Amino acid sequence: MHAEFLQFLFSGLTVGATYALAALGFNLIYNASHVINFAQGEFIMLGGMLAVFFTQAGLHWAPAFALAVLLPALVGVLLEKCAIEPVKDADTVTLIIITIGASLVLRGLIQVWLGKGAHSLPPFSGHAPLSVLGASLQPQSLWVFGVTAIVVALLWYFFSRTLAGKAMLATAYNRVAAQLVGVSTGWVLLMSFALAAALGALGGILITPITLTSYDVGIMLGLKGFVAAVVGGLGSGLGAVVGGLLVGVLEAMGAGYVSSAYKDAIPFVLILLILFFMPRGLFGGLSTERV
Amino acid sequence: MRGRSLIGLALLAAALAAAPFLAPNSYYLDIVIRMCINAVIVLSLNLLVGYAGQISLGHAGFVGLGAYASSVLPAHFGWHPLLALAAGAAGTGLLALLVARPILRLKGHYLAMATLGLGVIINIVIRNEAGWTGGPDGMPVQSMELFGYELVRDIQWYWVVAVLLLLSVWGALNLIDSPFGRALRGLHGSEIASQVVGVDVPRYKTTVFVLSAVAASVMGSILAHYVGFVTPEIANFFHSIELVTMVVVGGMASVFGSVLGAVLLTALPQALATFEGWEIVVFGAILMLCMIFLPRGLVPTLAARLRIGD
Repeated sequence: MHAEFLQFLFSGLTVGATYALAALGFNLIYNASHVINFAQGEFIMLGGMLAVFFTQAGLHWAPAFALAVLLPALVGVLLEKCAIEPVKDADTVTLIIITIGASLVLRGLIQVWLGKGAHSLPPFSGHAPLSVLGASLQPQSLWVFGVTAIVVALLWYFFSRTLAGKAMLATAYNRVAAQLVGVSTGWVLLMSFALAAALGALGGILITPITLTSYDVGIMLGLKGFVAAVVGGLGSGLGAVVGGLLVGVLEAMGAGYVSSAYKDAIPFVLILLILFFMPRGLFGGLSTERV
Repeated sequence: MRGRSLIGLALLAAALAAAPFLAPNSYYLDIVIRMCINAVIVLSLNLLVGYAGQISLGHAGFVGLGAYASSVLPAHFGWHPLLALAAGAAGTGLLALLVARPILRLKGHYLAMATLGLGVIINIVIRNEAGWTGGPDGMPVQSMELFGYELVRDIQWYWVVAVLLLLSVWGALNLIDSPFGRALRGLHGSEIASQVVGVDVPRYKTTVFVLSAVAASVMGSILAHYVGFVTPEIANFFHSIELVTMVVVGGMASVFGSVLGAVLLTALPQALATFEGWEIVVFGAILMLCMIFLPRGLVPTLAARLRIGD
């Protein structure tokens, strides 16, 4: 009973860390541009698929993983430059459709290039599971926790201690005011897309040894990342991390104790309940609307 | 109804009357039937998204509920197809009514998330209840029977959906020029301002949400009977996106834009079938280009260029 609970908790936290990275990506872009980037899931897919491709092409893991993070970041920059910047002030629906168009293009290209098959990566440090209080813990999960924790710490440092990070925060609070004090908001927008794409891709690489990857994993991962971002309140960094882990854990618990067939429905039931009772997410806080 | 709308309605009627004679074979007739079915769904969705300004990313869920009501109820309980269609519409309307208040309180991306979630949940239920729905493989649908007369031939279906489309366009044109339509556009502009001048905002939002859900359900039933087979893809996220895209490509808050959007985006995948494997890439690229260069949609952009209103 106890061991079982722990087992579900571990697997939930592992997937949840990926959702958290995706949710951070959603929030970065939302803060910079008020766009919900429905192509965020495709960055997760790109990370995993490119890591598989480069390692199978014979590259050492370090340059392979670096490329698998940098290329999606480049794609993110291109997406912002070519598709988002020209229509910055368009309707929410228009922006949503543009990012969905982009996700179809990315998914389609990978399908044509690398095929429809499912791929995996070898775990970073062996298959032998560790035993923790009767539950088994994959070493790969430790990699996921560790890297996610480091990334969150680095992001915290970036946003609270560096000028570039503060410029991004300033733009999120008030774009015009940021421009007036000399922040290049165009640059902030580009950085946000690059960073969001890189975070998604990193999550994709980390989770691939556990869950496999294929050209179409981006849809569900992206939607669940969006759920995690909304659970925590759009735009909140802490919210994204808590939301991601919460969604992951509840999903694993639901799959274990309630019904594994309905595993994918759990995040969406959760988000509906939260939105019904707390329309701005757990950490969204109160807002007043100016008329 | 204004003169321009009447001319548009007459042109649409003429096109619909001519279409079956112009379609060279049953393949084209099939596409035209699907265009008409989609056009009615898109029209009702446009009332919600374009006129009232409430985004829905889960509308395919309602289409799926109608389709599966029409497949499951006759197959498992021996209901008459018309009764099943009505029950599906009533059930979908009731569900929409129940969730309308809490969902439509939300705005922007939160509303997008909630409607998306609702659609995804409906799709997952359809997928998982294989005992009733056949699961991911789908299930066959009995043929529709009207007054002891079985609807099986494509051309019969064509006249049914063509008349439905014409009635829907006529109804929508009247609706948007009525106090109801003005209230919708008012609350799109500003909910607070509408409330101040006495518009019962939640009631209007709920009404248009339920109306569009019921229309989607009815057309889902008709689609299921027409095709004779139904799979969970009818209710998936991508189908919801397709429907919203039809609204936006044709033109938000434009009745004839809805029809044009449905026609173009129903034909597009067929036209792209020659790109073997690249369809999805080209489809995505066309969506992006449309939205980047015509963010207001085709009909409003063209109308502005020709200096006529819609």
